[in-house]
Amino acid sequence: MSDLELKPFNVREIREEFPALRQQIYGKNLIYFDNGATSQKPKLVLDAINLFYSKENANIHRGVHYMSQKATTEYEAARQRIQRYLGARKSEEIIFTKGTTDSINLVAYSFGLSLSAGDEVLISAMEHHSNIVPWQMLCERQGCTLKVAPINQRGELILEEFDKLLSKKTKLVAITHISNTLGTINPVKEIIEKAHAVGAKVLVDGAQSIQHMHINVKEMNCDFYVFSSHKVFGPTGIGVLYGKEELLDRMPPYQVGGDMISRVTFERTTYNELPFKFEAGTPHIAGGICLGKAFEFLESIDMESAERHERELAKYAEDMLATFEGLQIIGEAKNKTSVVSFSVKGIHPFDIGTLLDKQGIAVRTGHHCTQPLMDFYGIPGTVRASFAFYNTKQEIDTFVEAVERSLSMLK
Amino acid sequence: MNLTEKQEEIIQEFEVFDDWMEKYEYIIDLGKDLPKIDEVNKTDDRLIEGCQSRVWLDAHFDNGKMHFTADSDAIITKGIIGLLIRVLDGENPSDIATADLFFISKIGLQEHLSPTRANGLLGMVKRLKLEAIKHISVS
Repeated sequence: MSDLELKPFNVREIREEFPALRQQIYGKNLIYFDNGATSQKPKLVLDAINLFYSKENANIHRGVHYMSQKATTEYEAARQRIQRYLGARKSEEIIFTKGTTDSINLVAYSFGLSLSAGDEVLISAMEHHSNIVPWQMLCERQGCTLKVAPINQRGELILEEFDKLLSKKTKLVAITHISNTLGTINPVKEIIEKAHAVGAKVLVDGAQSIQHMHINVKEMNCDFYVFSSHKVFGPTGIGVLYGKEELLDRMPPYQVGGDMISRVTFERTTYNELPFKFEAGTPHIAGGICLGKAFEFLESIDMESAERHERELAKYAEDMLATFEGLQIIGEAKNKTSVVSFSVKGIHPFDIGTLLDKQGIAVRTGHHCTQPLMDFYGIPGTVRASFAFYNTKQEIDTFVEAVERSLSMLK
Repeated sequence: MNLTEKQEEIIQEFEVFDDWMEKYEYIIDLGKDLPKIDEVNKTDDRLIEGCQSRVWLDAHFDNGKMHFTADSDAIITKGIIGLLIRVLDGENPSDIATADLFFISKIGLQEHLSPTRANGLLGMVKRLKLEAIKHISVS
């Protein structure tokens, strides 16, 4: 299946594949711990971007000429590669979108049209704004109700409360697989089983999970799974909506125009088949092809070892950080990924982030587009270090020293 | 000292710093020294909401001159506010409204005034100038 051989996990070798990691910022070696926001790109992807625009650029699906046919073949091959990687039944179930947000908006609009007054959409209290606002708008449009399942102080979904909110009225559960702020891994399989038992469909926001673990949508049995290319080592501006064929088939188009039609007259238009029905206009061709390359790269990674390495990094960082006075780890779920969010009493996260930046360390500070979650913890924001499999323990040592120096300056 | 001279003075002060951390150490000290706005006066009309840190600005006009007090929940933001106030406080409204705050980029802090920084400072400079413009006609 893979063009690359599966290699034993070796972080030094993996780092060689990422040119962006080998640079200096303000005279310091860059330490990139903002992988939750976006990941760096391997050479395989970078070379493919360059090759596409240097030699292969052509519009797809319509051209009779050589280059158009070649670009079409590659774009569709990328779709098939993603389908295989995700374990989807058919490539028609893989819709290219602009990213996670766009994918969720598509479902909220197209699937949402089947909802009406009295119906409910159930989300969790740890959702990213992108998995809150589209449902709020849907509920306003269709007159249905948004329900929010609460979390505990550790940042875990309270399943008993979730169960109470789930009912025959629930038409859709939209839940993040992994919280971008807390790192909590939600028990999506269990959630999906429960939702299906009452007849509800489930959208899983995979923006923070696809890069950390092997995803199989068939095993998970989700109805929709959405993610962004740029967080999984691919280019920006493209993402994926996986949806079960029978659902996508019933959903009307979201955006309309070229490429998604079958026949247009001034009286009536018939739509193209899946997946093109949902891909109006010239798509992000290079993005699609190069996202395929990102998956080719992923196929060469021993994901189980990579995930173990990432979790070790997070545990190591948390243990070291916890020794600082007044520092609180935000998000202490038993099952969590390599996200370490923290706040320090009396010190604004913005100040810590600014000083870390000047020491060559990229982290994210602020509310991470999860304001309701910040309200829950009663803090303005956190400092978030999010690790990828190319990060190292040595980098964490430097990071912890830099945090120590920053805190001593700010106290 | 006029607006330009005050800015030149700050630029000179920053010349002694060898690296970023020294620079920020100084800004943090400025932030700690800047008088706070009382909690009761941190009202919404004085608030300039940034995505990350928040700024409160109180402006008043007295005897032809503008006077400012400001505060922030982030200490680095507050230090930079201290520098802005040092330059603009006690000046004529018309001078403030047209002021070119060149010292910010000269001391390497322009990133804090970029729209993407989201720390409320850009909004604060706009508000400072708007407050000054309000009083140009009466000065």
